[in-house]
Parts: sequence; structure tokens; C-alpha cells
Amino acid sequence: MDTSTQITDAPPPAQPPAIDKRAARGATRPGDRIFLGLSRGSGILLLVIMAAIAAFLTYRASLAISKDQGNFLTTFEWNTNAVPPNFGIAVLAFGTVVSSIVAMVIAVPIAVAIALFLTHYAPRKLSGPIAYVIDLLAAVPSIVYGLWGALVLVPHMNGLFGWLNDYLGWTGIFSWQGGAPRSMLTVGILLAIMILPIITNVSREVFRQVPQMHEEAALALGATRWEVIRMAVLPFGRSGVISASMLGLGRALGETMAVATVLSPTFLIQTSLLDPGGGTFAQNIASKFGEATEFGRDALIASGLVLFVITLLVNGAARAIIARRKEYSGANA
Amino acid sequence: MKLQRMNRRALALGALAVSGALALTACGSDDTGGTSGGGSAAAPKPGSIKCDDAKGQLLADGSSAQKNAIDAWVKQFTAACQGTQINYKGGGSGAGITAFTQGQVAFAGSDSALKPDEVAASKKVCSGGQGIDLPMVGGPIAVGFNVSGVDNLVLDAPTLAKIFNNEIKNWNDPQIKKLNPDAKLPNLKIQAFHRSDDSGTTDNFTKYLIATAKKDWPYDGGKTWQAKGGQSASGSSGVAQQVKQTNGAIGYFELSYAKDGLKTVDLDTGAAQPVKATIDNATKAISEAKVVGTGKDLALELNYGTKAEGAYPMVLVTYEIVCDKGNKADSLPATKAFLRYIASEEGQKILAENDYAPIPDDIISQVRTTIEGLS
Repeated sequence: MDTSTQITDAPPPAQPPAIDKRAARGATRPGDRIFLGLSRGSGILLLVIMAAIAAFLTYRASLAISKDQGNFLTTFEWNTNAVPPNFGIAVLAFGTVVSSIVAMVIAVPIAVAIALFLTHYAPRKLSGPIAYVIDLLAAVPSIVYGLWGALVLVPHMNGLFGWLNDYLGWTGIFSWQGGAPRSMLTVGILLAIMILPIITNVSREVFRQVPQMHEEAALALGATRWEVIRMAVLPFGRSGVISASMLGLGRALGETMAVATVLSPTFLIQTSLLDPGGGTFAQNIASKFGEATEFGRDALIASGLVLFVITLLVNGAARAIIARRKEYSGANA
Repeated sequence: MKLQRMNRRALALGALAVSGALALTACGSDDTGGTSGGGSAAAPKPGSIKCDDAKGQLLADGSSAQKNAIDAWVKQFTAACQGTQINYKGGGSGAGITAFTQGQVAFAGSDSALKPDEVAASKKVCSGGQGIDLPMVGGPIAVGFNVSGVDNLVLDAPTLAKIFNNEIKNWNDPQIKKLNPDAKLPNLKIQAFHRSDDSGTTDNFTKYLIATAKKDWPYDGGKTWQAKGGQSASGSSGVAQQVKQTNGAIGYFELSYAKDGLKTVDLDTGAAQPVKATIDNATKAISEAKVVGTGKDLALELNYGTKAEGAYPMVLVTYEIVCDKGNKADSLPATKAFLRYIASEEGQKILAENDYAPIPDDIISQVRTTIEGLS
């Protein structure tokens, strides 16, 4: 099947309407003013809500941190009931980042491969159902993934963990003491499955938008299908794929119930991805919230604030990467 | 056409409401499966439950460890006293005490007695009085294990402490062998499971270790697990499930979770025979407890070091927390009637049917006297 026929249904890139700024500013019809007021109001409301949330988090967090006997950033313990309370986020930050990295390493290549397959290789009869099934994956509630993970995935990880330990145990990252396989790697694999649909979907849309002329030009120069993908599709879609990955990463960073169900949380940093232990921000909040005292809740809110900051940093970094690549992505073609 | 669309929208809203309700109710996590919930086949005998002028809705919140007991009681009580509704939310002891000191609930359930600052906070709610602890539900904490080829396992407190502190790492360790000369202990790594959430079960389990094996358990205790390493799971149900799933595992949870073939450890307390984790043995150990609360408060101090024959000292006592004076006038009759019922002989008998331990006679009779004096 010719690759180009697939793309014909993509809408032609819309020409941005030419706006004469002075004319726009000069327009004084009541509808314009009302709409301007509404949209400006919504924008300001959003900022106010965000500021209110940040202020609330900071206030409650400061209540807890001021009484923390340990160092909030480096303590390997979470005991808000102790006198004096002793808690820190070191293990949580490490676990959150590591599990998300594992998830990204597994999910991004697979998602891109699926998206390329759906847009450039699969016959249309097949690509429809596959896309549909992937959409369904996104609709499964995370607690269901958690239950599936705990009951099915974890028992089945023994084989993989044994194999990794036998062949890659010398690296230290894949050594295994033989504990129940409820570790960061298992969590990473589960998170990868959970973030796959969103990365795949967005990437697929992006690859569909590749200007047909680019591909045809490459084909005309004698490129094979793989070379077309490498030279025309991937560079064009790079910023889109990065955005998609960041969406997935956001979900992985904040995932709560699935992690809480599958992980065996302990306040230890394990060098090996296969040894049980560690924890993530969201998981810790979910597991400790029920029995927490008011002070304990403040401490959990403080940890949530750190997650908020990490997420902001990640999004900022992603925006920077996309902005830097924009000019040569071909997105302006 | 329009009608049809509206119908569809109504249907969608209805579906949303139903699934929302399901999702919300699904949040009560510590559920033993509810198969035995209120399992007493005997129909409630309305004659023996005194409703007095109890009516209206009674709100309560607290310990999830006693949720199944409360559910069983509520079923009997509301069947007898049609005018009363009791809504016990098993949100956890911490949530229960917070709700109580904020005046949101008539009584709270808690795994541990009120602390001095919580008593001080309760004075604001109980005009002229203060919050008091009424021991109402006992529960043995069982230590479940899953070791292929081993059906009976005897452990003592120091060995337990060393296992959960990762000092004994293998099942064929000489210290375990010494206690189990006849068992075929395999060369298998021990995987000790503790609770990942803060829990009264952890608190009471570690209190036992601190009281009986201070040398091997150098931690202060509390609801948060303090030892490093080991493995963890959420809720008693989570720990029980992991123990069942993992060969070489050991973990602690309330006795009611020890089912479907989960084997439990017999404790070597120093008595002539190792003690099994059963309800009768737990009640026997609770009867050695001393009342340490002052005034009307009946907070107990358990004797973890008991060497009495057949007393299983690894127990948890949960309290109902109420105001001794200054209960809200509209909820007082219902609170009193309900507490009177659960402290009655009949109420305590239901406990054993649900894998909880009744409170021994001399303590529960003090509880009954205190309940009559609530105002």
C-alpha cells in the first residue's frame, strides 16, 4: 500500500488568518468586548486558582517543615508520629524519578514504534482496531492496573528477575536478592503500560500531520520507506513526540494507586532496580493519609508540594526543548 | 427526538452517580471480604436491646480494625431500633480522633487511647467534661507465615524481633531451629512483610516486641514502621495476601485475615506450651491488663510479658471514645443505647463470631457502669 494514500485524509494545514492588529484593537462591538472580558477573566481566574493552591500548599507545608527534626530533603525516614517528628523526601524523590525514568525508557520507543506502524506500515483494516484498543488502555482506571499488577504481573516477574540477575546482575542495577518482585522495575513496567496510550495517540496524530510533500520528495529521491521515516517523518514529529512523552511522564510522576498496590514501599534507596523498597510521592501520600494526624497531613502536603515543583520543572524543561528544536523540526513548513 | 436525547442525558447522569458512589464506597480498604460481617444467623432479639428514646442519625468515625465488629453490631442494633441510623466510617484512628475533637461525630473508634493533648482538645467539645476511652473490642494480632513444608512454627519474641529487623535472614537459622526441633526448615530467604501505611496494628505489634524483646527491637514504636528493609504492603489484607503469595514470607495482621489456609505462628511466651493465636487465648491475655485511665477513663495497659498458660499476649484493644460529660443532647440517647448494647453480654458475644476477642468480664463491667453515667 502506498504510504501517501494514508495521509490524504489529514486536513491541510490551516492558514493562520491574517489579523490586522490595529483593526482588531479598534473593533468596539459589544460582543467583542464581552468576549474579551470573559476570556481575560478566565485567564485571571486560572492564575488566581493556581496561586491559591500554591499558597495553601506552602502554608501547610511550612507548618510541618518548621517542626521537622530531620532534614526535609535528605532524611531517609517518614515518621510524623515520632516525638519530635522526623521525616524527609529523599527516598520519595529518588523513587518517583527512577520509576518514571524506567517507565519512559520502556514506553517511549514502543509508543513511537506503534505510532509509526499505525501511520506508515499497517493496512488500514488493522490500524483502526489497534488504535481503538490502545485508546481503551487509557480508559482503564489505575486501581485496576494496580490490582492486575499485584495479582498477575508481580508473580510473573520472577522469571524475568531471575534472568536479569543471572546475566546482568554484575551491573549492580539488576542484582536480585530473591525478594518478592515488588520493586521499582515492576512499577516502571506497569507505569509504562499505563502511559503507552497517551504517548502513542499523540505521536500518531503528529506523524499523520507530516506534510505529504516531504515524504513524496524523499521517495522521489529514491529513499526507502525506512529512510522516509528517518529523514522526513521523525524530524518533523520530534517536538510532538517530546510533548507526548512529557504528557506520559506527567502521568507517571503522579500515578498513585497502581504504585501503592504494586510496590513494596520501604524508606530505603536500593541501588538495584530489582530489590523491593523505595517509594514515590503520590504512593506515600495515599498510603499514609488515612491514619495521619493533622500534623502528618501537613507533612504529606509538604511532600506533595515537592512533587508539584518537580512536575513544573519537567514541564519547563520540555517546553525549552521543544522551543529550541522548533526551527528545524519542519513544523513551520 | 429531543425527549430521547434528554433521556440519554439523564441516563448518563444516573450512571455517573452510581459509578461515583461505587468508586467512593470502594475506598474503605480494610475489608476482610465481609463474608462473616454480621454473620450471626440468629435473628436479632428486639427484647434484649434497649432503644430507650434513641432516634436519628448517629455519626461515628475511626479505627478500621474494628470496622467489621461495628458493622455486625449496627446490623443487630438498627434492626431492633428502627428509628436509629448509625453511620460508622472506618477512616482510621487518626481521622476518627480528629473528627471527634472537632465535634463532628458522637463517638470515635481508636486503636490507641487518647494522648494528653488530644484529651485537652476534647475538652472544647465536651462542655464540662472530656473525652474518655472505653475498651470495647479485642483482637489477636496473628503472625502468618508461608514456608513450604512447614505446618507448625513456634517463635518467641526475640526471634520475631530479629526476623523483622532483618537480623535472622534464613529460615534454617539455628535460632529458629532451636524453637522448632521437629520442623523441616528449608534453606530459604525470609521475607518479612510489614505495613506500609501507618497502623494501630503496627503500633501494638511493636509494643509487644518492645515490651518483651527490648534488646533485639531498639525502636521507639508507634504507628509508623521503623525498622529498615524488609518488605511491605498496604493494609492487613495486603500483608495477608503477600504472605499467601510469597514462599518464605512472614507478616503480621489481625487474626480475621488469617484464612484460606494461611498458617499462623504459635508464640513461645515462656508458658509451658506455645500459645496459639486464638480468640480465647487473646481474651485471657487481655484479662491481665490493668486499667490505667484516671477517673472515668478506662484506658488499658496490656501485660505483654505475661507467662500465663494459654494467654496470647500479642493483642490489640480498640476503644470507643466519647465525652464523659457534655455529649450533645440530640445524640446522647442513641449513643448511650448503642454503647450499652455493644458492651452487653450479647454484644460482646457477636465479637467472637467475627474473629474479634471479647473484653474480659471485670473490665467490661466497668465499661457498663461508665456508660450508664454518660451525660
